[in-house]
Amino acid sequence: MTFVHYHVRHETLYEYGQVVGESHHLLRLTPRALPWQKNLEHHLAIAPEPSVQRTFLDSFGNRITAIHFTADHDYLKITSEFWVELRDRPKPSVDATKVAWESVRDSLRYRADRKFSPEHLEATAFRFVSPNVPIDSRYAAYARESFLPGRPLIEAADALMKQIHRDFSFDPSATETFTPVEEAFQARRGVCQDFSHIMIACLRSIGLAARYMSGYILTHPPEGKKRLVGADATHAWVAVFVPEYGWLELDPTNALWPGLEHITLGWGRDFSDITPMRGVLLGGGEHEPEIAVTVVPEEEFASLYGDGETYLDHLSISPPSSAMDPG
Amino acid sequence: MAKQHAVTDILRQYDPVPDRFDELGYKGSGPKPHWRPLLQQLNLESVDGLNQRAQAVADAIAEDGVTYNVYEDPRGDARPWEVDLLPLVLGAEEWRWLSSAVIQRAELLDRVLADLYGSQRLLKEGLLPPALVYGQAGFQWPCQGIQPAGGRFLHLYALDLARAPDGGWWVMADRTQAPSGAGYALQNRLVISRAFPAPFHNLPVTNLSDFFQGFQNSLASMSPAGTESPLCVLLTPGRFNETYFEHVFLARYLGLPLVEGRDLTVRDDTVYLKTLQGLRRVHAIYRRLDDGFCDPLELRADSVLGIPGLLGAVRAGKVLMANALGSGVLESAALFGFLPQISKKLLGSSLAMPSVASWWCGEKPALDYVIEHLDELVVKPAFASMRMEPVFGYQVKGAERDALIRKMHAHPHAFVGQELVHLSQAPVWQGDRNRPLAARSIGLRLFAAATPSGWQVMPGGLTRVAVDEGVEVISMQRGGLSKDTWVKARYTTHSKSLIKKRLQVSDLLEGERDTPSRVGENLFWMGRHSERAEATARLLRAAFNRLSGHDQAGEYALHGLQTAAEQFGTLREAEPDEVPEPLPEMLLKAVSDPELPGSIASILQALLLNASQVRDRLSSDNWHTLNRVGKPLTPPPATPDQSIRALNLVLLDCISLAGFAMDDITRDASWVFLVIGRRLERLANLCTLICVPLFSDRFSRNAMLEWLLEVANSEVTYRTRYRRTPEILGVLHTLVMDASNPHSVMFQIRQLQKDLPEMGRKTGQLFPPDLGECMERLKAVDMHPFECKDTDEPCEALGKLLEDVRSEVYRVSDEIQRQCFIHTRFSNRSVKPH
Repeated sequence: MTFVHYHVRHETLYEYGQVVGESHHLLRLTPRALPWQKNLEHHLAIAPEPSVQRTFLDSFGNRITAIHFTADHDYLKITSEFWVELRDRPKPSVDATKVAWESVRDSLRYRADRKFSPEHLEATAFRFVSPNVPIDSRYAAYARESFLPGRPLIEAADALMKQIHRDFSFDPSATETFTPVEEAFQARRGVCQDFSHIMIACLRSIGLAARYMSGYILTHPPEGKKRLVGADATHAWVAVFVPEYGWLELDPTNALWPGLEHITLGWGRDFSDITPMRGVLLGGGEHEPEIAVTVVPEEEFASLYGDGETYLDHLSISPPSSAMDPG
Repeated sequence: MAKQHAVTDILRQYDPVPDRFDELGYKGSGPKPHWRPLLQQLNLESVDGLNQRAQAVADAIAEDGVTYNVYEDPRGDARPWEVDLLPLVLGAEEWRWLSSAVIQRAELLDRVLADLYGSQRLLKEGLLPPALVYGQAGFQWPCQGIQPAGGRFLHLYALDLARAPDGGWWVMADRTQAPSGAGYALQNRLVISRAFPAPFHNLPVTNLSDFFQGFQNSLASMSPAGTESPLCVLLTPGRFNETYFEHVFLARYLGLPLVEGRDLTVRDDTVYLKTLQGLRRVHAIYRRLDDGFCDPLELRADSVLGIPGLLGAVRAGKVLMANALGSGVLESAALFGFLPQISKKLLGSSLAMPSVASWWCGEKPALDYVIEHLDELVVKPAFASMRMEPVFGYQVKGAERDALIRKMHAHPHAFVGQELVHLSQAPVWQGDRNRPLAARSIGLRLFAAATPSGWQVMPGGLTRVAVDEGVEVISMQRGGLSKDTWVKARYTTHSKSLIKKRLQVSDLLEGERDTPSRVGENLFWMGRHSERAEATARLLRAAFNRLSGHDQAGEYALHGLQTAAEQFGTLREAEPDEVPEPLPEMLLKAVSDPELPGSIASILQALLLNASQVRDRLSSDNWHTLNRVGKPLTPPPATPDQSIRALNLVLLDCISLAGFAMDDITRDASWVFLVIGRRLERLANLCTLICVPLFSDRFSRNAMLEWLLEVANSEVTYRTRYRRTPEILGVLHTLVMDASNPHSVMFQIRQLQKDLPEMGRKTGQLFPPDLGECMERLKAVDMHPFECKDTDEPCEALGKLLEDVRSEVYRVSDEIQRQCFIHTRFSNRSVKPH
């Protein structure tokens, strides 16, 4: 079975206009352990040193690191660095690919005294309105272009993904983190977060269950160009509930099924559940974080960081020996 | 027989609608027995006499309102609370049944919450649709899996009841989050029991104080206090909340500190109250803040009312929340249809008291039924968070009706159809001689509190009255007409109030304990802002007075004033490539533009904001002066002359405020912050002002001495001392070294060296900040070099020293903020290495 190793470095730097006396932050930066994803080693460097740091799992099973500062600070630098091993996600069985979408929709509906399986009950959590994802007939109408009557769920969901990719332009200038999904839907443009929210709205509006997936994606430098440190970004995609299989992942930004290039941090109902960093400050003034993400395959690791003076000294971990073992 | 006649006398023209239940039971066999003592009393008096009594009731409410209005914003439009002279009276048998039904429902809802935030068996087994949990904003995901401290989710539960024509009670709504009304019910009781002492004792009426005592004791005993003495607080959203009156009232009655989110802090998963004496651990929070607002870190990020990290403390089991965070999920009429089954499952018994018949449209047959029977139903939002008004089916016609039906088809989960209930009627005092009583529809809100030995129901409640005769609907808005609710006791009890009858010596000693940090902080900033307003007003007045000067010296003087104003942050410095606005225009804005930072108007605004936070510590004269001080700035003065006149008025009020600060405020632990705030601000301003000439060339410097004395308010001191035109040596001595001049640098430092240790004693700080080094350096200044003609060098040296003093002022101010108000540490390790 094939597998790949990646090194991911995700740096966030806040420089506050005014001194902050007290602050709390929640970090969702630990990659999730999955059958096809092994978190080989994870290191979280936080400066200045927090007064309190602890971790716990949120209600969706994502690991949260909570930090609290009770002394003056005028900056916050968080570096999350990890090695991860990816294998292929399991393929849906032939049976699973044949299930009509309406029967999945009906299986998620409530009927008095009908018991839900644990999988179905978990799926219903991702079936309703959430803070950033509305449910509306316009999304349903748009979804029905792909969700034709009787069409198998997987085929229809794949078609919807391609439909969004075809109809929407990738345009980082069109939206910001908190732009409502309606605006991106109207404008037919946005970034991965918008594409994912729109696809989720479409799926939920026709009664299906869909998750917002948060993580990273391997980028490919243009032909003849070298990979650059800090040139990547966090990524988002979608997963739809398929009974007897689980959650089928779909990336509407790139019109593909996530495979060996999508690294998963975690999931939630939408972005608001899985924001990588969230905090409350006492003071601070205005500030915009500087974020730098670098995803590098193991074989390019040495050439990317090897001759770079800046990062080598700071690298806190090296490829673990287990990662070299093709077992 | 005479009595019987008398009873019917007061009831002449009392005419309840025939097909409604009459609480009085008048039309049947005559008034029910439990109403008789009250009716007999009414008949002993004339209608005029009773009208006087009604007026006394209204006056008592208004009077208490005045007491509470103290806390209200001057802009606030607090609605008067209206109480009917007549209580609703309930019999002992009926009460026994009602309270057992309430207890059953409270217990049921507590278990439903435990299930929804725990194993979710109800969802798995199909007893409750996931849409009613996952599909609404009331379900707080971050609370999933939390085991509440104290073992319960519900601590104070309320429900709204209506009585159907057959006399049966129906539940109209559940209040599981932060129910309001218990305080109003208590307030009604205090007033109405005084209006009718005889029937109150003759019935007799069950007292309410045991209930509150029980609630208070339970919070303490169920809280995770361990061996510590438990500290419970009442958390309020603040004085803009519609029921703030009740928060203040209950906090006083229960003896709980009334706190806002920013009064609390979470350290290491433990909640603390910030006091001037340090952090005090909080063990239980009786909250009047809705779920979503309680923790901006994990719940609504836009909440400024909550406590960041509270959920962490809850998760760690370190604080009892009454009620548990997330309990708002049950405030949904959509649940009603599922409760009978759930009751059988969780309690093993049927629901004693039915909910009003409700159809949740998320189920297709229910949706069809509701649309078909729209005229007989009320359509309501399924969830409290939806903020939609109920719609009476028979009232919507045509296009409006079609639109409603379309919406219901599009979002069936969001709607509930509910049967129209014909409410029962009770007599309301009209005061009309021919028709003293009128029949009006009523609804009843009851309350239950969890205690270690089970639920206790408040023997009474808040009866709410429809706005008019013939009106079926009771407005769900707060306010409106209400009634006291009397429950006939089965035996006489001794009434006892939680309010202490007389002061005790231990009360006298409590004066200095646990002053919330917020009080000190606002007094501190009141001090700083009022002093800053005064200094800025003097500075601007001096500038206006010199605008028309034409000679070189006048130019120098004005330029110096402009520099000083820039350093005060009152005038903006022009960018190098910017054409500056003409000075007169800039000065006019610096007086009256509230949007301009550093303007008089904006400083006074900040001052008023600080003052309103400590309104209860200020005398009414002080408060009036504070409200008046900015008045001369509206309408904004349009010319320099008008500005000078306005500034003169502002200055007079500033001087009054200074007097109040010294003479009019109780000298407790918080007062010292007001004084220190004033001194620090004055000291910093003096340093800034004096440095302007010190860092100027010789010619400009001499031209600035006159305004320097004027702005530093030391002309008189200088003149009486030296009787000559200002010279540098004399001016510097007066403003810097002269410890007898209350406007000198030395004077401020000396006072602060007394006030800061005093603050340390009052707050228990071992090492209060201090200015000893500044004092030593100032004492060592040699004034002789200022006798020479060329004073550039000593001026620069003194200027640098004063700049250091000013940095020290800022350090001390920051240190006070950290140590006494926000309770954090100073750290120089956290400055980013570049």
